[in-house]
Amino acid sequence: MIEDLLFRLELGLPQVVLGLVNGAFYALLSLGLAVIFGMLNVINFAHGAQFMMGAFVAWMLLAWGGIGYWWALVLSPLIVGALGVVVEKLLISRLYKLDHLYGLLLTFGLALIIEGIFRNSFGSSGLPYTPPELLGGPPVDLGFMYLPKYRLWVVVAAVVMSLATWLVIEKTRLGAYLRAATENAALVQAFGVNVPRMVTLTYAAGVALAAFDGVLAPPIYSVNPQMGSNLIITVFAVVVIGGMGSILGSVVTGFGLGLIEGLTKVFYPEASSTVIFVIMAIVLLARPAGLFGRA
Amino acid sequence: MAQDRRSLLRTAAAASLVPAVAGIPARARAQSATLKIGVLNDQSGVYREISGPSSVACVRQAIVDSGITAKGINVEVVSADHQNKPDVGSTIARQWIDRDGVDVIVDVPNSAVALAVNGVVREKNKAYFNSGGATTDLTGAQCSPNTVHWTYDTYMLAKSTGGAMVKTGGDSWFFITADYAFGHALERDTTRFVEAAGGKVLGSIKHPLQSTDFSSYLLQAQQSRAKVIGLANAGTDTINSVKQAAEFGVTRRGTKIAVLLMFINDVHALGLPAAQGLVCTESFYWDLNDRTRAFTNRVKGAMAGSYPAMSHAGCYASVLHYLKAAADMGVAAAKASGADAVARMKAMPTDDDCFGAGSIRADGRKLHPTYLFEVKAPAESKAPWDYYKLLQTTATEDAWRPLAEGGCSLIRT
Repeated sequence: MIEDLLFRLELGLPQVVLGLVNGAFYALLSLGLAVIFGMLNVINFAHGAQFMMGAFVAWMLLAWGGIGYWWALVLSPLIVGALGVVVEKLLISRLYKLDHLYGLLLTFGLALIIEGIFRNSFGSSGLPYTPPELLGGPPVDLGFMYLPKYRLWVVVAAVVMSLATWLVIEKTRLGAYLRAATENAALVQAFGVNVPRMVTLTYAAGVALAAFDGVLAPPIYSVNPQMGSNLIITVFAVVVIGGMGSILGSVVTGFGLGLIEGLTKVFYPEASSTVIFVIMAIVLLARPAGLFGRA
Repeated sequence: MAQDRRSLLRTAAAASLVPAVAGIPARARAQSATLKIGVLNDQSGVYREISGPSSVACVRQAIVDSGITAKGINVEVVSADHQNKPDVGSTIARQWIDRDGVDVIVDVPNSAVALAVNGVVREKNKAYFNSGGATTDLTGAQCSPNTVHWTYDTYMLAKSTGGAMVKTGGDSWFFITADYAFGHALERDTTRFVEAAGGKVLGSIKHPLQSTDFSSYLLQAQQSRAKVIGLANAGTDTINSVKQAAEFGVTRRGTKIAVLLMFINDVHALGLPAAQGLVCTESFYWDLNDRTRAFTNRVKGAMAGSYPAMSHAGCYASVLHYLKAAADMGVAAAKASGADAVARMKAMPTDDDCFGAGSIRADGRKLHPTYLFEVKAPAESKAPWDYYKLLQTTATEDAWRPLAEGGCSLIRT
């Protein structure tokens, strides 16, 4: 019995590391969602599709243009972010005065259309993508496990990106405008700040975050049209648990839930896809506004 | 005014009846010499690549190659997406048969949908050629006089891949299994062959369908110190498992990966750097011999840049054989009873470019040799889609589940 427990603990340590890697993906995706919801009050269901587009643009850059991973890390968020500007200007901006539900329906419909287009053009089994030379090669020996360099990089990139986003929103003048505009848009506009443009750019930034996460994904996951919808439901649970619109909440919960999910894969793998939702139910019962949300 | 509207409505109603009335003799006339084939498969989900529009292209090719139109027989093809849902699949099958006069249903990947459609076709006495589905129940507990299971099944995969791995020294196994009927069946069948060959199974993990991260399972499999990690899953689950196994360098330390179900499209999606060295079983490969290459060249143009997988080849070969039987017995008789058409197919030996010479057994199992392939290293691959080298051929008589073991009721009576 005790031996069994020790054996499981020995199994557990690598799982903690792997859980953090998955948590990094959750954290970055939910961060984008939190930024968009916090500033625009729009529940962006197209986030998974935008994550997928980020991955596909990285693939296209490499396969068609010969442009490698590092450039894709910059270019793909810019390209997908620019598409985000178009979507916000053309469609989402018309819905701000209506109920949340309309934004949700619109973005959900968009997600279905985008996925359908990609499935029709690229098929469903996915495309290969090799990691850059620097991050490829044999896995690193951590003593208790071998970890591919690329996974280490994912955690580092996610932490840096989360920190940068938090700094921009909490510590800069631009962030102060944004926060002020969420409280009272009319007043901020009266001070001469172009609020509609700021809102558009905020949406684009949230979308770009999803695309950045999408570029991180291909060397690990297969690039396929449904890669976003597999993740997005979990990510929504993360956002709800963390508290809608809370930046700190989404990052902490993202990593935390990745970890819990990782451990579940050792102790009871069949439940690994449901454990997050069980936690969500419990949190909603105890704190309806989420762990870090303001009621 | 009211009068006007009423007469307008009456005219409109009468007008709408005209084509319907005119249509009846037209349809009756057409039915006498037209066979209708419905390709029912996944057109938008995870199995689109191994079925989808390419299966339709292969069925059309079969019609051309059969030369049946020269005999004055028309063949129409319709297709639909079953969305991997048994209820959607059986509803479409019913509509096709009841309303649209479909005589044959082909392909139907996804074992759950495959079994649902099996019941409908039997009830309506039409013909059913399953190519994309894996479950051995189609020729076992749920076998039907209206059904031919053409391309592959879980038993033949388990026997070929499982048996071969143990023979080359892989005598301890750990399974990573998709947590639904198909995965369980594949694991169960493979376990039997591993143990029969003197190997043992050290453990298994059941993962939810469509997982994204397999590194955790791979690590647990590695810690069990098994020599072989058996993947009893399919589609994107398999692709992600293999990709992440390569990432973690699982095979570098001597552990082998046995992919129990893999199609050439999966190899294409993975790329050779990640897939090289994998071993898998198929019953068709485009570059196997002159006949398979000739078939591939004929059909490739209609397949949007990809090459035929064994499931596509099964659609081609089954329809080709059916058309031969229908021409032989007469279209009217073939349309009148699907069971009679299938009985005629069983009575005739099969021969086509994809599977060579073969036959159909009393329980509906199509018999042909199966092949164990190894995926080439990038340097060995000389041409597009040049992915496999042949390791071993299992002869027809050894490849499939023995007739007596399936428990098919058609055999006892």
